Amino acid sequence: MLGVVTGPLATAGKLFAFGADVLLAVFKRPFQFREFVQQAWFIASVTIIPIALVAIPFGAVVALQTGSLVQQFGAQSFVGSAAVLAVLREAAPIATALLVAGAGGSAIAADLGARKIREELDAMMVLGIDPIQRLVVPRVLACMLVAVFLNGLVSVVGVLGGYIFNVVLQGGTPGAYLASFTALAQTPDLYQGMAKALVFGLIAAIVSTYMGMHADGGPQGVGQAVMESVVITFLLLFMANFVMSALYFQLIPAKAL
Amino acid sequence: MGVEVRVEGLTKAFGKQTIWRDVSLTLPAGQISVMLGPSGTGKSVFLKTLIGLIKPDEGHIFIEGVDIATCSEKDLYEIRKLFGVLFQDGAMFGSMTLFDNVAFPLREHTRKTESEISDIVMEKMTMVGLVGAEDKLPGEISGGMRKRAGLARALVLEPEIILFDEPDSGLDPVRTAFINQLMVDLNQQTEATFLIVTHDINTARTVPDNIGLLYHRHLSMFGPREMLLSSEEPAVRQFLNAQTVGPIGMSEEKDADELAAEDHSTLPPLPPIPLQLFPSDGRPRATQPEPGAWCAANGVVPPPGSFLDDGSSFTVPPQTSVAGGAR
Repeated sequence: MLGVVTGPLATAGKLFAFGADVLLAVFKRPFQFREFVQQAWFIASVTIIPIALVAIPFGAVVALQTGSLVQQFGAQSFVGSAAVLAVLREAAPIATALLVAGAGGSAIAADLGARKIREELDAMMVLGIDPIQRLVVPRVLACMLVAVFLNGLVSVVGVLGGYIFNVVLQGGTPGAYLASFTALAQTPDLYQGMAKALVFGLIAAIVSTYMGMHADGGPQGVGQAVMESVVITFLLLFMANFVMSALYFQLIPAKAL
Repeated sequence: MGVEVRVEGLTKAFGKQTIWRDVSLTLPAGQISVMLGPSGTGKSVFLKTLIGLIKPDEGHIFIEGVDIATCSEKDLYEIRKLFGVLFQDGAMFGSMTLFDNVAFPLREHTRKTESEISDIVMEKMTMVGLVGAEDKLPGEISGGMRKRAGLARALVLEPEIILFDEPDSGLDPVRTAFINQLMVDLNQQTEATFLIVTHDINTARTVPDNIGLLYHRHLSMFGPREMLLSSEEPAVRQFLNAQTVGPIGMSEEKDADELAAEDHSTLPPLPPIPLQLFPSDGRPRATQPEPGAWCAANGVVPPPGSFLDDGSSFTVPPQTSVAGGAR
């Protein structure tokens, strides 16, 4: 009975301890630059296309929702600003989180999990090399870097998608859409989107490397580790997203019209 | 010259399940020891505890005066440089060629130039008979070759202690015989301390200087090969002779009724003790005891037919009898 409570707590504790180990290992030399570049390239290559494809309907749906809502208030001229705000603040980081966790994180968990059950990680430790410094740190940093760039990509593609949807399909006026662009949105919105993406990349990478490195019980264990890493990452990301959004509204005053 | 490994009162449990309790033994420097045990008795856990991959709950492991059960992470990484480990499937890094795999420890821990590294790698590849396969990826070669490549990588830093995790699992009898011969030859050349974890009886009977048996969550016996091969202790006798009569059942140990039902008067006599496997050049290893030396020193009469060239049906490899005969 007690296990129901202590089990998840113990896992959470181990995850934090692992995160602390990773943080310490970041400062250990030599930094694995090659691995970092390879991993960044790998994560980017598995996420760029899907994320662009996700971003277009995301932007369109945001434009559709805000468009009809704003129209009811008789403020069509602000459709552009509402869409930009929604994409920058929420849609871009969330879409980034989905892809970084779903594509990048699962690939990392599968890769490390396979190495774990083939005893490659044990072999590495026996050869006197710390797998956290060698394998985990480059992946975590790569994931964070790629997440920030992906966030930028989603922002651009999402806003473009919203523009095309609004102007071409909903018959909005291009001038009004563009003119209202900066009415509500401000530069801190962009920063907070990037900060979110950075944190999401960190969480996704820490969880998936942890799960991969603790895979157990043969090939089935690897599948289990991948599944768990995606589910746990999603849970944590949406929670982190809420906290960061709430903080943002407290810390940064909304732009006056 | 090898290094002595002293294990004292080692205990390990996962949750409530005790793996083994109070294991004490000393792996003598430069000798070959084998650790036997039925499946699932924690042989691999024992091996991983020796290199500090798993922390024991109690007890000590002394290597050159350092207790690796309690030492710091930093000391552990230092002491591990004394070790070479052959993992079950070779544990080659999948993204690197065999050459890069074997060169990996050298590139990490030494300041050797690429040409020096290349010389050392090729020397080790020749030792394990893998010349010509340097550019292959681990996924492209057979299990036996992966094991040999893993061995080459384990040897590359000139370790003082070499651990083998089931070197014969998944190999056919011929490849197993070759691996056994290779281990004996390597011990002759490197004079390192060897520990082989296996449940292959032929390996256990002919290769080592010492045998240990893990059974029923404790170390049942550890000592010179001839001591265990002439032992009447039920579990040791049963395991080393691959019999169904004895305390070891299909799932862990048998219960009292099953044991009582067994008629011990029908126990077959102990088979003869085979000659130890000789290095392929026919000269004994530095630490190899004379055949029958332990029996003579302890007043034990070995089973009839022991230590003859053709003594036992277990000595399959033809090189053995040639080497033994030449002696």
